Amino acid sequence: MSAIPMKRVVVAHPSALRNAAAAQATADAVTPGAAVAAMARGPISRIDEVVAPDALGPGLRRDDGKYRRAEPPQWLVTAIAMACGLAVFVAFWAFVAKFGRIPDPLSVFREAVKIFADPFYRNGPNDQGIGWNVLASLGRVALGFGLAALVGIPLGFLIGRFRFLSDMAAPIIALLKPVSPLAWLPIGLLVFKAANPASIYVIFICSLWPMIVNTAVGVRQIPQDYLNVARVLNLSEWKVFTRILFPAVLPYMLTGVRLSIGVAWLVIVAAEMLTGGVGIGFWVWDEWNNLKVDHILIAIFVIGIVGLALEQSLIFLAKRVTHGVKA
Amino acid sequence: MTTDRYLQVENVGMAFEKRGVRFEALRDIALTVRRGEFVSLIGHSGCGKSTLLNLVAGLLRPTAGHLLLGNKEIAGPGPERAVVFQNHSLLPWLTCAGNVHLAVERVFAQREGKAQLAARTRAALALVGLTPAADKYPEEISGGMKQRVGIARALAMEPKLLLLDEPFGALDALTRAHLQDELLSIVARTGSTVVMVTHDVDEAVLLSDRIVMMTNGPAATIGEVLEVPLERPRRRLELATDPRYIACRREVLAFLYQRQARKVA
Repeated sequence: MSAIPMKRVVVAHPSALRNAAAAQATADAVTPGAAVAAMARGPISRIDEVVAPDALGPGLRRDDGKYRRAEPPQWLVTAIAMACGLAVFVAFWAFVAKFGRIPDPLSVFREAVKIFADPFYRNGPNDQGIGWNVLASLGRVALGFGLAALVGIPLGFLIGRFRFLSDMAAPIIALLKPVSPLAWLPIGLLVFKAANPASIYVIFICSLWPMIVNTAVGVRQIPQDYLNVARVLNLSEWKVFTRILFPAVLPYMLTGVRLSIGVAWLVIVAAEMLTGGVGIGFWVWDEWNNLKVDHILIAIFVIGIVGLALEQSLIFLAKRVTHGVKA
Repeated sequence: MTTDRYLQVENVGMAFEKRGVRFEALRDIALTVRRGEFVSLIGHSGCGKSTLLNLVAGLLRPTAGHLLLGNKEIAGPGPERAVVFQNHSLLPWLTCAGNVHLAVERVFAQREGKAQLAARTRAALALVGLTPAADKYPEEISGGMKQRVGIARALAMEPKLLLLDEPFGALDALTRAHLQDELLSIVARTGSTVVMVTHDVDEAVLLSDRIVMMTNGPAATIGEVLEVPLERPRRRLELATDPRYIACRREVLAFLYQRQARKVA
């Protein structure tokens, strides 16, 4: 099938002439695509010798449906790529595990099955199921994060709306935003004299900045057109807020919320490692003290999966509530 | 005498200040519009015709002179002067019906019940032929349809004065012609007073009773005013060969391209 177009190619392509012998040798075996590749390997000394695909003759055109294989759908390719990535990851893990320090994937999987068979047991305050630990961490994040939203979003609106407040807040935010949230932990312990409110307070501090900044940006980005509509209609302040400001800012706000919850979930693990009690971070540290490395690995996966779920659910929410406004 | 002098623009000037530099956009604008009249403002871009419209809308306050509507000074924007913006300015989070309803609610909610408000919304969308698209969001409909929703929103307010800022500028020629015809019939039905900004000569001649031609900025002012002596209803096809139409068109073109020819830098 490929022999006839191959001959045409040899005539049409000056550089291929030099390579004719080599190309001819493989002509019977190769597919058209491989023939093109074989020619590309030939010595092309001048750029104008490279011919356009059309010049190769109709038989070799890439857009000729006769020779093109049906392509698999994009989602399938994506899924295969993702599976490949995970397979490479697990293979690498299994390879590292050969050196003995880290348990191999299979034994971790077996241990995980055991742990998740009973995630909600309670044997005293320091020995509880992983389910309780995750819920305890999520509870702290929800509380600290909720308080941050309660404070940060209205503050963001004010800062976005009034230039003076924005200038006032700028140095404070610029100074405090880059501070690691854990640096606040001693202050929290000092003020609240207890571990739990201190970690909630750390979550509050670290979720606050993204919400303030993104909400303020959203308010500043509201197109003048929308505000002109409000002015022409002479809407009441309340209507301006509910019908124009709030929906216009919502996508930006949700971006802030999404960033915040990501940071909050990162920080809670570290905070709990330091404060103890119940929580996934404490669990990791406890299992380190027990030298149960397989449990630590399971915890890492659990933390990752919960974080992913939080982020994806907010992305889903953002898609549902926004119409034509992009943050 | 109110019918003769409904909208009065008295020696209005408008200057902007940007970073300490004063820019005079409009100077000594004097214009009166009768009730039920359709007036077009035409001029080269940058001549301040949109600024003049925004002054009438109340979105800007003049730095000199006064604007009166029905002998009352225009002190700010208000729903009795509905604006159809150049870029439709629909709120993307409301459906077409929602966008119209927002305006209807503002104007009539104090006097009328929910059912009446909904009926007004439906009627306004029907007027522009968009009943089937009522529950669609702006992003789901074409540019021409969006502009029609903008017109429906403005008309639903039953404004004393309808202000159109290049309402069809962003549309293709066929859609534009279609919407111009629709606007003609709507205005004929409602008897609205209309001020429209345009840079389309045919559009101005086809739609207007008078065409206000503005000189080039800065410090633009009214150059000439042309009466369009064509009876209504007007039909696009018949007018194309009407000598009076052609004369009006030539007059506007002569103003724009001879007397106010743009200096090419």
